[in-house]
Amino acid sequence: MALFEPKNEQKEIKYAEMRIYSDEELNNYTEEELKNFKIKHDIPDLEELEKGPWPSFVSDAKQGALHRRKLADDRMLIDRDVIEDMLGQLQVSFDDGETHWKHGGIVGVFGYGGGVIGRYSDLPEKYPSIAHFHTVRVNQPASKFYNSDFLRTVCDMWEYRGSGMMNLHGSTGDLVLLGTTTEQLEPIFFELTHELGQDIGGSGSNLRTPSCCIGKARCEFACYDTQDLCYELTQYYQDELHRPAFPYKFKFKFDGCPNGCVASIARSDMSFIGTWRDDIRIDQDAVKGYIAGDFIPNAGAHAGRDWGKFDLQKEVLDLCPSKCMKYEDGVLTIDNAECVRCMHCINTMPRALKPGTDTGVSILLGAKAPILEGAQMATLIVPFMKAEAPYDNIKEFIEKVWEFWMEEGKNRERLGELMQRFGLPKFLEIMELPPAPHMVKTPRENPYVLWKEEDVPGGWTRDIKEYRTRHKR
Amino acid sequence: MALSLERLGKYDPKDPQKNRLTDLGPRHFWQYFPPVIQNNYGKWAYHDVLEPGVLVHVSETGEKVFTVRCGAARFMTVQHVREICEIADKYCDGYVRFTTRNNIEFLVDSEAKLDALKKDLQGRKFPGGSFKFPIGGTGAGVTNIVHTQGYIHCHTPATDASSMVKSIADALFEEFQGMNLPAKVRVSMACCLNMCGAVHCSDIALLGYHRKPPIIDHEVIDKVCEIPLAIAACPLGAISPDKTPEGGKTVKIKQDRCMFCGNCYTMCQALPLSDKEGDGVTILAGGKISNRISMPKFSKVVVPWLPNNFPRFPEVVENVKKILNAYAQGANKYERLGDWAERIGWEKFFEKTGLEFTEHLIDDYRLAYDTWRTSTQFKYTDAAWNVSKAAGGID
Ligand code: HEM
Ligand code: HEM
Ligand code: HEM
Ligand code: HEM
Ligand code: SF4
Ligand code: SF4
Ligand code: SF4
Ligand code: SF4
Repeated sequence: MALFEPKNEQKEIKYAEMRIYSDEELNNYTEEELKNFKIKHDIPDLEELEKGPWPSFVSDAKQGALHRRKLADDRMLIDRDVIEDMLGQLQVSFDDGETHWKHGGIVGVFGYGGGVIGRYSDLPEKYPSIAHFHTVRVNQPASKFYNSDFLRTVCDMWEYRGSGMMNLHGSTGDLVLLGTTTEQLEPIFFELTHELGQDIGGSGSNLRTPSCCIGKARCEFACYDTQDLCYELTQYYQDELHRPAFPYKFKFKFDGCPNGCVASIARSDMSFIGTWRDDIRIDQDAVKGYIAGDFIPNAGAHAGRDWGKFDLQKEVLDLCPSKCMKYEDGVLTIDNAECVRCMHCINTMPRALKPGTDTGVSILLGAKAPILEGAQMATLIVPFMKAEAPYDNIKEFIEKVWEFWMEEGKNRERLGELMQRFGLPKFLEIMELPPAPHMVKTPRENPYVLWKEEDVPGGWTRDIKEYRTRHKR
Repeated sequence: MALSLERLGKYDPKDPQKNRLTDLGPRHFWQYFPPVIQNNYGKWAYHDVLEPGVLVHVSETGEKVFTVRCGAARFMTVQHVREICEIADKYCDGYVRFTTRNNIEFLVDSEAKLDALKKDLQGRKFPGGSFKFPIGGTGAGVTNIVHTQGYIHCHTPATDASSMVKSIADALFEEFQGMNLPAKVRVSMACCLNMCGAVHCSDIALLGYHRKPPIIDHEVIDKVCEIPLAIAACPLGAISPDKTPEGGKTVKIKQDRCMFCGNCYTMCQALPLSDKEGDGVTILAGGKISNRISMPKFSKVVVPWLPNNFPRFPEVVENVKKILNAYAQGANKYERLGDWAERIGWEKFFEKTGLEFTEHLIDDYRLAYDTWRTSTQFKYTDAAWNVSKAAGGID
């Protein structure tokens, strides 16, 4: 029984029914052929990158190129040489120390303002099959679980209508299909929506494809349903995702706990990080187990080196940033009011300690990469909010933030920059939130408070004559 | 249901709206969870790293899921993805997962299935000799390097991503397959300041950087760009309106004010920056995302520039190694790279890593003063003696 309900019908995808290529076509070259295969361009630097233990993207590209070469002419709609030309241009980029991609182009699918990145080669005579090389961002399922029916179907579609090259995944989270022609963009979109029941992601000044950590699917630390919140908000804000109406890009990311596996605090305008407000659960027997050496600390993460016997005092109590833990008479106690929920003790003794059960999210705002005014990390705004379906409280908060940003944000001004320009106090006033020491590392260090007239009894209008009755000129 | 073989598929250019489906969003995640994940959703009790790259998660129900994590280049062809599917079909009932850091995870529900899966994965190699599915990336080690497009697909890079990442990952392969570091070390790479990968909070960040101001394409700038937008794009106000000798509209750039951010090029294609000698790599270190023990922090610039020495970037590899080795030797258990640097002091960081400290590492942008040291607390290193000598304080 499914715990969560999809928003629209999920047609089951059976590769056997969907497939374009036969098994022979998929296995149309031998190992020997691959070993001796040279692409049509000279690529000495790239061949160097076939060496070494780490998976070589060049070797992979070459097998894709050979596979394409051996497919029949009518088994693909994009030029056969697209991978070879991409590699050829890459080699020339190394030689020249400069990219050979042009500054994009406005392409996309009808009615959407994003999801496709236009790209053209500036050496189209030399590399005609990558003259157009547009990218399609496919909105990944939350936390990137797949089955092979889906992936194989994407592969067949993309080999037929595109370059057969892709990124699993782009840094925002999308499954990125790399390189096709303008002509094929709509057909690809129709295949994705009609056959794969799958939409494209965001780009440009709109909501970008949200992404989340693995959460409760396979992590005992997760404090809320990261996939569900990610899916719900992605679906609920489809309009914002596809039709740019914002001053600039906007990103949501969802971490299930303060460990931050999707780095939401650094990468999202609105970061949701799971947390709890009751007490860390302690299994005293398991604590003893760690002390006795029955369990390996930190789930064995340090097993590659001999760090000596586990020392509860040194490795947990002393490293607790709040120094709020005690171990006395064989009993571990935590002063939970002092705990900052940093996760260290829980990470170190996962069998003994667990986050509390009254869980929710902390919401932080305004992270961005350096362009323009330097990188910003997200600032803690809402210490704790319950995060339960249908998440109305969260949606209300999001919309209030958007309202402010869309009203006041300048073109290309990220939320974090706008918050800086307005100042946090003013932002809080607009958001109707009381200020709290939780939002700052320290109180301000300069006393340059911009007092408002209404703060000061009697206001600012004063009479110099009246002043002079007390002070001679 | 079937994929179309027609050139334009189900799309009718004469009536673009016909049968158009929109706003479907992503497919629902639940259907892609293998049964063991569905059955134990939210019930996980604890986990263990059995060996580098292999995890077991144990549920309150007693069920277990075993995960084998494999490194991967995020660039893949359909052939490689099909091979992933083949493995997933063979061992994992068709299910597979990708991590935020572009690793591939194969999940099985019993230890018995684990050995065959591992052996199979380890045995698969490309003809060039590299592993297709190296197992690792867990615990106190180095995991996959997240990165951006570079020369494979972008118009603004100051370096290439895939080749640099391959070179670094080869050099750190032992750290990927071992768990021999004091804590995890996150390496990230972005090929220009836009930082699509948002590398600015990584233990070690590699960043492409331009060093020459834009060239102005006077002939076309007025045609292809909104000049006021290009001017407004510059965070340093270095761009101002100008006239060509023929009286056409163009811009001029105060070159000594430019910080090479490329924002003007993002706005205006007639202002390209890239250049073989100018472009190169900046290394930043000591950032983190997790809230564990200390708060998240930004990475700091520790090497201002290294050349783009394609395809293997030996200088970059060497410097990354220096940082990693000094950290591995000096840090305490659980201590992240930035926490180590702060504990020993950045002067010691430079002494221990052997990296050169130059004037380029002292902030002179806005709010620079925040990073200047206003204290008499410091440790003596050669760098300190050099200042004392230069100031006439000692012989
Ligand atoms: C021929 C002209 C142009 C091309 C081909 C082009 C192409 C692109 C591409 C491919 C991106 C990446 C988008 C993404 O990552 O989602 C981008 C980003 C961007 N472009 Fe352009 N662009 C052009 C002109 C302009 C102009 C004239 C403006 C502003 C008036 C502009 C504003 C932006 C902005 C704000 C971004 C920031 C990145 C983002 O929000 O994703 N572009 N451009
Ligand atoms: C309106 C602004 C300020 C006023 C009226 C002010 C006034 C004073 C006064 C009266 C003292 C005590 C001196 C003494 O006891 O001998 C003092 C000490 C000091 N002030 Fe300020 N100050 C201001 C701003 C600042 C700022 C902005 C800084 C630094 C950024 C600063 C740094 C110091 C320092 C370092 C001392 C030395 C004494 C110590 O460390 O205790 N002051 N200031
Ligand atoms: C409008 C701004 C300021 C005015 C009008 C002002 C005025 C004065 C005056 C008149 C005194 C002497 C008081 C006395 O001993 O009779 C004094 C002392 C002092 N001021 Fe300010 N001050 C100003 C800002 C600052 C700032 C910004 C700082 C620090 C950054 C500062 C630091 C001090 C200190 C440290 C003393 C004590 C000096 C001593 O005791 O030897 N003042 N200030
Ligand atoms: C002003 C800032 C930025 C600009 C102008 C910009 C521009 C671009 C451009 C031109 C591309 C196209 C690359 C290609 O050809 O495929 C791109 C891709 C991308 N950008 Fe940005 N970007 C900016 C900031 C960011 C940030 C901060 C992030 C994430 C935190 C981000 C995430 C992405 C992602 C995920 C891609 C897709 C390709 C990939 O994964 O490498 N961008 N961006
Ligand atoms: S962020 Fe927390 S809950 Fe999510 S996967 Fe990481 S450790 Fe688990
Ligand atoms: S979570 Fe962090 S702050 Fe809280 S008790 Fe554990 S170590 Fe201390
Ligand atoms: S980091 Fe810069 S060069 Fe790299 S993909 Fe993003 S915009 Fe392009
Ligand atoms: S590169 Fe940046 S600093 Fe230099 S002129 Fe362009 S916008 Fe201004």
